[in-house]
Amino acid sequence: MTTATEENHHDDHHDHHIPSGIKRWLYTTNHKDIGTLYLWFAFIMFLTGGAMAMVIRAELFQPGLQIVDPHFFNQMTTVHGLIMVFGAVMPAFTGLANWLIPMMIGAPDMALPRMNNWSFWILPFAFAILLSSLLMEGGGPAFGWTFYAPLSTTYSSDGTALFVFAVHIMGASSIMGAINVIVTIFNMRAPGMTWMKMPLFVWTWLITAFLLIAVMPVLAGAVTMVLTDKFFGTSFFDAAGGGDPVMFQHIFWFFGHPEVYIMILPAFGIISQIIPTFARKQLFGYASMVYATASIALLSFIVWAHHMFTTGMPVAAELFFMFATMLISVPTGVKVFNWVATMWRGSMTFEVPMLFALAFIVLFTIGGLSGLMLAIVPVDFQYHDTYFVVAHFHYVLVTGAIFSIMAAVYYWLPKWTGKMFDITLAKWHFWCSLVSVNVLFFPMHFVGLAGMPRRIPDYALQFADFNKWISIGGFAFGLSQFIFLALLIKACKKQGDPVSAQVWEGAEGLEWEIPSPAPYHTFETPPVVK
Amino acid sequence: MNKTLSKAGAVMAALMASPVVAASTDKIEQYTLNMTKGVTDISAEVYDMHMLMFIICVVIGAGVFTVMFISMYFHRKSRGAKPANFHESVKVEIAWTVIPFVILIAMAVPATKLLINMEDASEPDVTVLVTGSQWKWHYKYMDNDIEFFSKLATQPDQIAGRIPKGVNYLLEVDRPLVIPTGKRVRFLVTSDDVIHSWWVPDFAVKQDANPGFINDAWAMANEPGVYRGQCAELCGKEHGFMPIVVIAKEPAEYDMWVAEQEANQQQAKAEEQRLLSMNMSMEEAMSLGEKVYLANCAACHMPNGEGLPGVFPALKGSQIAVADQPKHIDIMINGVTGSAMQSYAKQLTMSEIAAVVTYERNAWGNDTGDLVQAKDINAAMNGQ
Repeated sequence: MTTATEENHHDDHHDHHIPSGIKRWLYTTNHKDIGTLYLWFAFIMFLTGGAMAMVIRAELFQPGLQIVDPHFFNQMTTVHGLIMVFGAVMPAFTGLANWLIPMMIGAPDMALPRMNNWSFWILPFAFAILLSSLLMEGGGPAFGWTFYAPLSTTYSSDGTALFVFAVHIMGASSIMGAINVIVTIFNMRAPGMTWMKMPLFVWTWLITAFLLIAVMPVLAGAVTMVLTDKFFGTSFFDAAGGGDPVMFQHIFWFFGHPEVYIMILPAFGIISQIIPTFARKQLFGYASMVYATASIALLSFIVWAHHMFTTGMPVAAELFFMFATMLISVPTGVKVFNWVATMWRGSMTFEVPMLFALAFIVLFTIGGLSGLMLAIVPVDFQYHDTYFVVAHFHYVLVTGAIFSIMAAVYYWLPKWTGKMFDITLAKWHFWCSLVSVNVLFFPMHFVGLAGMPRRIPDYALQFADFNKWISIGGFAFGLSQFIFLALLIKACKKQGDPVSAQVWEGAEGLEWEIPSPAPYHTFETPPVVK
Repeated sequence: MNKTLSKAGAVMAALMASPVVAASTDKIEQYTLNMTKGVTDISAEVYDMHMLMFIICVVIGAGVFTVMFISMYFHRKSRGAKPANFHESVKVEIAWTVIPFVILIAMAVPATKLLINMEDASEPDVTVLVTGSQWKWHYKYMDNDIEFFSKLATQPDQIAGRIPKGVNYLLEVDRPLVIPTGKRVRFLVTSDDVIHSWWVPDFAVKQDANPGFINDAWAMANEPGVYRGQCAELCGKEHGFMPIVVIAKEPAEYDMWVAEQEANQQQAKAEEQRLLSMNMSMEEAMSLGEKVYLANCAACHMPNGEGLPGVFPALKGSQIAVADQPKHIDIMINGVTGSAMQSYAKQLTMSEIAAVVTYERNAWGNDTGDLVQAKDINAAMNGQ
């Protein structure tokens, strides 16, 4: 350990000496290296979770049980959800935060570099534990990523213990990452980088980090209670012992709803960076964007029970959560209107990051509007736990969060590698993804409204035609991601034309003032922001 | 072979499986793109609310996207567009905060009225206690002496794809719930194990069944008919296989049905008492036992008795199934607390329990040679 410390200390003073080999990645405290690790980890998890989605879609390709048994099907839906939420989307955003926040605020690195290393390196262990539970007798978690008690307690297999420990580690990782973001932004902004000059990506991540610190401990509490209910005879969620299974849902969704915004606020930040660049026009309503993000974050703490309208809450509670949820559409609407107003009378071009950003705005808005429909309690009784909900949250998470991550990767990748990515491949990736993702998720609205419940391995015959199309869209979307993989491998091999420091004609901000590729150490002397 | 017994068994089977649904002339329900209007006043209002929301959302979306696509077309660099300089406007920003707020209020008012109406389950004409358990529904009529389990009726061979699937594939049950039309029917919903959710789209009723708590909901069906739904909350392995079928009958027909059911349940009880004094042969027990096993036990313990290791224990070669017979019978009658194994005392008749215990003790190489009779079960039940 001492050696490592000395080596790193040594590095600080000699820019050009970059450690090589596996030790570079294991011991690194460099925000760029850690950002890269997070992003590759997220991509591997995205493909892993995606493979599980392929199993699900293959089983649902036609009515009847063909490929997997229902117990394994349930493990697939559960682990697919957990991996995509905790393994793909969240680490990808943390990776982007690592790469970009120091460069955007003119800081040399994250404030707590050693903790940064630790918060990444515990993640692979968390997911190794989670995935290994699939190989245990009785299988992995099969109770949905929401792990409602008592299905996850009394009625689950012993692999639940592994699930609980894995979630604990993921939570610890997220909390450390969030602390790092907050400390960095509070203390390491370059002179002149005042709060209201910070790029929106930094603002949205700052607010996200506070959400993470507020709710990840709640999740840790929920899984711990599941653990003790299952293995140590407590009765938090067991009515026979004086507990309440619905209390589990309140606790889970008190974490779970802010979690939804944890997965979308950084996306708002990314889109707010990209749209002005390619519209060549300053972001419309910067201040209202900041306030809208903060209001969404605050409101996210008082809407959780809209996931639970059918649990038999009192009418007054249903009304309160309906009104509060509807209210969220106001700041969210402000954001969409601001993006559109930024484009209005701009001078637009449509490079690949912009294509993803535009697709984000349209498709996320569709997901947002179906969310508004879901907020209306009397009709939610019909939508709840059907494919309509599945369509809704995949529109906001896949064409929302994941499209924004892809937009971000295409936007900043030339800055990271110093080379322009393969534009032809990128366009193929975009158009294949765009078409297939809609074939995949749009018909889910129809089967949901027609009455198909979610999380079922087999279905009635009237849903057969649409499910076939949904599966075909799913396979195509899955395959399209290999184009992305090929492009990323080429980019990492540093193939492509060299790019300027600014990369994109309309790009503004500190990260575009340093050379491309970004040197291993940047802003060792803080820049002065005018 | 004991002819009297098999005849009695046949009578009982006929009694237990009273109304058979699904006329074979039914077509597969046309697949729809939209929510059903349903058959209650409430479900029609829910449908209208849904369409109102849908149209508002489409209009908002279309408006936003139109402005966006106009920019994308006319304000392109390739058309020589020069970027404008504006980047804020207090008036516009206030407008697009306030206008959505007003639209929200316009949505909230009718939604609130409708919700309050839906949640008022007072003054019911008929009350049914609906109890979910892995993976079947139990219906108990609170005003009459009627209660029964309702299970998936689709044959396993259809699910496995060995034979063609029927028109009501996965949406058919052995004994549907029957309710009268034009009467307020109150559903008290609860569960014996995990959380289930009782959903009949045509009534716009979806109510979670929480173990240890009772929720309520109500419906008044306007038209007679067969209405199908499914469990809507993930409840374990067979979650996709616990449908709901409700038959709404005209009040007069419903009253006849009630009278018939009450008589049948009386008769079934008498019949069960009579069977206590009879003995099944090993063959009879094994054949009835296999039938009962496949219908009730095979979902977890698997048709080959090997279970799912780590989740559902194997019966093949298990200590309880080859040695400890009293324990075996006790588990069938009382279930195992804190596990998915439920009590079958109410779900099966004593002779069925006897037969299935016999089957489990002799199938798959368990070869104990034990033959359990209904009276043994009766003794175990009353001996406590």
